Amino acid sequence: MAILAPEKGWFHKKVAKDEKMWIMCATVVALALFAIMVLWHLVGKQNPSYTVYNTSPDEFYKMAQANWKKYQIGEEAGIPVVKPAPDSDVYVIGTTWRWEPVLILKKGAKYRFHVSSLDLLHGFSLQPMNMNFLIHPGYDYVLTFKPTYTGDFRLICNEYCGPGHHSMIGKIVVED
Amino acid sequence: MLVLLTRWQVIHLLPVDWFYRILTLHGLVALVVWIVFWEMAGLLFGSTIVLNARMVAPSVAWASFVMMVVGTALVAYTVLTGTADVLFTSYAPLKADPLYYLGIILFAVGALIVIGLFFANIIVAKKEKTYGDGPLPLFTFGLLTASILGVGTLLPGAVIYVPTFLWSLGLIDSVDSIIYRLIFWGFGHSAQQVNVAAMISIWYLGAFLTVGGTSINEKVSRIAFLFYMIGINLASAHHLLVDPVPSPSWKVLNTSYFMYLAVLASMIHAFAVPSAVETAQRRRGYTKGLFDWLKNCPWGNPAFVAVFLSIVIFGFIGGVTGVINGAEQANMIIHNTIAVPGHFKGTVVGGTTLTFMGATYYLIPLIFRKKISLYGVAKAVPWMFALGVVTLSAGLSTLGYLGVPRRHWDVTFGGGPFTYSFPAITDMFWVVAVVGGAIAFLAVLAWVIVVVVSVFFGTPVRGKEDMQLTLSDIPPADDNHSGFVAPGTFALTIIFMIAFLIFTTLNWGWLSVMWEVK
Repeated sequence: MAILAPEKGWFHKKVAKDEKMWIMCATVVALALFAIMVLWHLVGKQNPSYTVYNTSPDEFYKMAQANWKKYQIGEEAGIPVVKPAPDSDVYVIGTTWRWEPVLILKKGAKYRFHVSSLDLLHGFSLQPMNMNFLIHPGYDYVLTFKPTYTGDFRLICNEYCGPGHHSMIGKIVVED
Repeated sequence: MLVLLTRWQVIHLLPVDWFYRILTLHGLVALVVWIVFWEMAGLLFGSTIVLNARMVAPSVAWASFVMMVVGTALVAYTVLTGTADVLFTSYAPLKADPLYYLGIILFAVGALIVIGLFFANIIVAKKEKTYGDGPLPLFTFGLLTASILGVGTLLPGAVIYVPTFLWSLGLIDSVDSIIYRLIFWGFGHSAQQVNVAAMISIWYLGAFLTVGGTSINEKVSRIAFLFYMIGINLASAHHLLVDPVPSPSWKVLNTSYFMYLAVLASMIHAFAVPSAVETAQRRRGYTKGLFDWLKNCPWGNPAFVAVFLSIVIFGFIGGVTGVINGAEQANMIIHNTIAVPGHFKGTVVGGTTLTFMGATYYLIPLIFRKKISLYGVAKAVPWMFALGVVTLSAGLSTLGYLGVPRRHWDVTFGGGPFTYSFPAITDMFWVVAVVGGAIAFLAVLAWVIVVVVSVFFGTPVRGKEDMQLTLSDIPPADDNHSGFVAPGTFALTIIFMIAFLIFTTLNWGWLSVMWEVK
């Protein structure tokens, strides 16, 4: 009785058979869900990275510039187009309200993406893959991607960053 | 509604600055103002009237109420005048006017004082033996859990908003964005856990008031509340699953809510509340088959309907999506997509709000001593609201899985250097979401009219014959039987588990075909 004190001996009442079975079932499922997260690190191919460096917006900007200079092959919509060597480091900057640079990648190669923001938080949202990460200023987030499909991809921002937030869109092309 | 009509590109109602302003206000009003005010009232009710006890310090209660109102007014003022376009989360380094942070601090301190008063009330009641010698009634015990969680919520709130306030005044140089997010969610998500505990307390109350149902084993129900106390606030860590810095072991440990202790607690309540209803009904003689008891429930009583539908919505939509979103790797799929609002339409809106709306129907005759006006409308409200919220949530969740971001004024990326179109099927799900939103909006409007008309212009309740919502008598005592006490509930929970496992498997399947990342 929810608004009265429980009856005498409530603490020693036996748990009904069906309630006990349900609790067992729920416990097993909860443990299984826990196990999947750990196992996925061993056998799964999609795990959020844990490599991160402290940086500052100035320092990160300089590092990115140096990297882009090495691999730049053109310009599109005022944004440098960069084609990094397969299995190398890639720098991506999110800033209000643009993603830089445009990237050309090779399918099946591994790239160490260094992603950081120069100002506010930004949401790194790769479409149409729908993979989402959060980017902070002052932290160099290293995500090692291996593109498994070719095609035209977009990088959109899905963390609110002011009135121009909706126009923040970048481009990644994956070639064979 | 304004937010939805803007996001739907076909109408695209509001200009960009007003969209984010209304969205900020929407989050604050729905998640904080409405829910917390209601909960504070619930705490005072649960610690005085239910315990047959006195209010220790009424003047303190009024003072805290004034603080909360002033806090709300400050926040609303800064948001509407455009000096706090920071959305509900106000992530640093996005900066708002100092008055905005001050408003939130005032509101939180006011709420903290009410919680203190709740503790004082039950201590005095215990001393004066107003409710007998035994332990606290289950309803108040649940609220006690909510209050303890509330303290654990408001303290991180103070810890993060005070430095952010000083930073906004210019007294501190910077606030680290990761620390901000970590501590903010210690406040932001824990606040929702308070709602869960309060909502479930009301489920138990509702089962008792409407059909005379009692938890089939109070020890189990109470231990489940205890699990919340231990595990649930750690759940807040799931907001940082795709952030840099926290390590995988930290993420796995915390988001498993210490091995899903809190999830387990919710699943226990999911059995305990319906089985309380089922056993009460079976004792009345509705023993045929698995579901005869359910068929003969008081479906004409809107408070019962609200509790029932909110259990279904909270479990099937809120619970399922919540547990999956909280898994370290699967979070990558939906993080910051519109599936997140889709999830909390199932928890806070379809669960907590619907429960509170239904419970309000009992408050009108019992506290305001008024009959419920427009009773037919009042009866339709829970059905309509539930239908709207389910449709809205299904629409938003599907859009999120297709990649549509939340908090976004223009998903055609107007003014951007490139274009992108979401899959064509999203057009259809926008319609689903807007239709659902419109139904839910009309239901809320109808509910507000019912409550306002009843409280201010209603006819007084003179006695038992004027009560439209009957208070259930206590069903006859149990005749001894062995085996399953609530086979119908058992069947329903198994159906739930199957649905949950199917959706979980789908998510991991989708994840496994993405680009590889580590």
